[in-house]
Amino acid sequence: MGDIIGNYDILGAFWVTIQLSVLSALGALVVGTVLAVFRVSPVRVLRALGAFYVNVLRNTPLTLLMVFSILGMSIILGLQLSEDQARDSYWWAVIMLSVYHAAFVCEAIRSGVNTIPAGQAEAARSIGLTFGQSMREVLLPQAFRGAIAPLGSTLIALIKNTTVAAVILGTAEAAGLLAQITENEGASLPTFFVFALGFVVLTLPIGLAVTSLSRRLAVKR
Amino acid sequence: MSSDSVLFDAPGPRARLRHGVLTGIGVLLVVAGAWVVYRKMSEAGQLDPALWTPFVTDPAVWSEYLLPGFWETIKAAAASVVLAGVYGLVFGMGRLSHVRAVRWVSGVVVEFFRSVPVLLMMVFLFFGYFATATWLPNQYAPMAAVVVGLTLYNGSVIAELVRSGVHSLPAGQAEAGLSIGLSPGQTLRSIQLPQALRAMLPALVGQLVVVLKDTALGTVVLYPELLTAAKTLGSAYANTLQAYIVAAAVFVLVNYALTVLAGRVERWLARRGRSAGGPRTAAVPVETVPTADATSSGAR
Repeated sequence: MGDIIGNYDILGAFWVTIQLSVLSALGALVVGTVLAVFRVSPVRVLRALGAFYVNVLRNTPLTLLMVFSILGMSIILGLQLSEDQARDSYWWAVIMLSVYHAAFVCEAIRSGVNTIPAGQAEAARSIGLTFGQSMREVLLPQAFRGAIAPLGSTLIALIKNTTVAAVILGTAEAAGLLAQITENEGASLPTFFVFALGFVVLTLPIGLAVTSLSRRLAVKR
Repeated sequence: MSSDSVLFDAPGPRARLRHGVLTGIGVLLVVAGAWVVYRKMSEAGQLDPALWTPFVTDPAVWSEYLLPGFWETIKAAAASVVLAGVYGLVFGMGRLSHVRAVRWVSGVVVEFFRSVPVLLMMVFLFFGYFATATWLPNQYAPMAAVVVGLTLYNGSVIAELVRSGVHSLPAGQAEAGLSIGLSPGQTLRSIQLPQALRAMLPALVGQLVVVLKDTALGTVVLYPELLTAAKTLGSAYANTLQAYIVAAAVFVLVNYALTVLAGRVERWLARRGRSAGGPRTAAVPVETVPTADATSSGAR
C-alpha cells in the first residue's frame, strides 16, 4: 500500500479531477442558465428548444456522450480540439460534462422559479413595480434560493461523473489512475478505499454546505 | 408552464412584437444548428445512405446486435432496481431506527456509497472480486459487477428517499401510532412507511431512469449492454457514428417514456390525495415529496 502511494501520483490525479469538475461546472452553469432562461421565456420556440435539449441530454447516458465525442466527433468528424491527443480528450471531457450537466442545471433553476407562488408576482405588480424591479427585488432572489439544493446535488453528481471521462477518454484523473494501478498491481481493497475516500472528501463537504445553506436561505412560506 | 404566469404579464402590442422577433431569432438558431450538423456530417461523408439504411433494411442489425444489447440493459436495470429497493428499504429504516448504533452504521454506509462514483465501484468489483471469484461462472462476472454497483449506489439514494419521505409526514401520524400503543418499530412499519412509500413513488420511477442510463457504464467492464452492442455493430457495419446515434435514440425514447410516467404517477397521486379527502391520503403533503431531489440526483 505504501509503495502504491509512493509510486503513483494520486494527488495529481485528484487535481485533474478537480480541474475537470471546476471547468465543467462553470460551463454547465453558463449553458444551463441560458437554457433555463429559454425554458421560462414567453417565446414558444425558445421554450421548445430548451425542452428538447433537456429531454434529449438528460435521458442519454453520459458514457454514450463520451464515447460519441471521442469516436464520433473527434475521429470521424475530425473536430479535434488540440493536436495533442491527451489535450483533445481532456477538452472533449470538459465539453461533454458541461453539455450533459447543463440540462440538470437548467432543471434546477427552473424548479427554483417554479417554487415561487404566483401571488408573489401578482403582489409585486399590484404595488406598481416594473417588470425589471419585480424580477430583481421579488422573483429572482426567491428563485435562486429555491435552486440552491438541486444545484448542489448537480455539482456533486458532476464531480463523480468526471470518472466516466477517465475510463472512456483516458483522461488522467482519479478513476483512470485507479484503473491503471489495478492493471499493474492487481486490485486491492485498500487502494479502492483510498480513491473512494478521495471522492468522499471532495463531495461530502459540498453536500453539507449546500444543505445548511439551503436551510438558512430557505424562503419561509 | 406555470412559470409563464409567474414571471410575465399578458403581452401587450409591443411585447408581442418583441416576442415575434425573439421567435425569429429562435428559429434562426435552430436552423443554423441543424445546418452546422448537416455540413459537418456531409463533409465527413457520414450522410451516405448506405451507412443509415441497414437500420431499416437489415433485420440482423436489430436481432443480432441492438435488441440483445437492449435486453441485457433491461435485465441489469431490473435486477438492480429490485435489489436497490430492498437495500434502500432496509437502510432507510435503519436510518430511522431508535437504536443509535443502527442509525449511525446505516448513515455511514448510505453516505459512503452515495458519494463514491458508481464507475469506481463497478471497476473495483469487477477486477477486484467478480472476475476472479471461483463460485461465479466467468460470463456472469460483468453483470454481477454492474448490478452490485448500481444496487449499492441507487439503494443508498432510495434509502435517503425513504428517510425524507417519512420525515415529510406530519408529526401527528407517528404520535397517533404511539398513543394507541404501537411500538416505535410498529409505528414505522404500519403507519409511516406505507404513506411515505406512496408519496415517493414518482421519485422511484425517476430513479429508474438513472439506473437505466448507468447500465451504460457496464461497457467499461465489458458487459454486453446496449452501448457495447452499438460499438460491435458499428465495427461490423463500419457505421460507428450511426450506431451510436441510434443507440442514443433508443435510450432517450425509453427514458423519456419513464419520465412521463413519473409525472403521470405524481399527478395521479396528487389528485387522489385531494379527491379522496380521507385523512390517511390527505395527510401526505404531496408537494413536499422529494421529487426535486429525484430529478437532480438524476444527474448521476
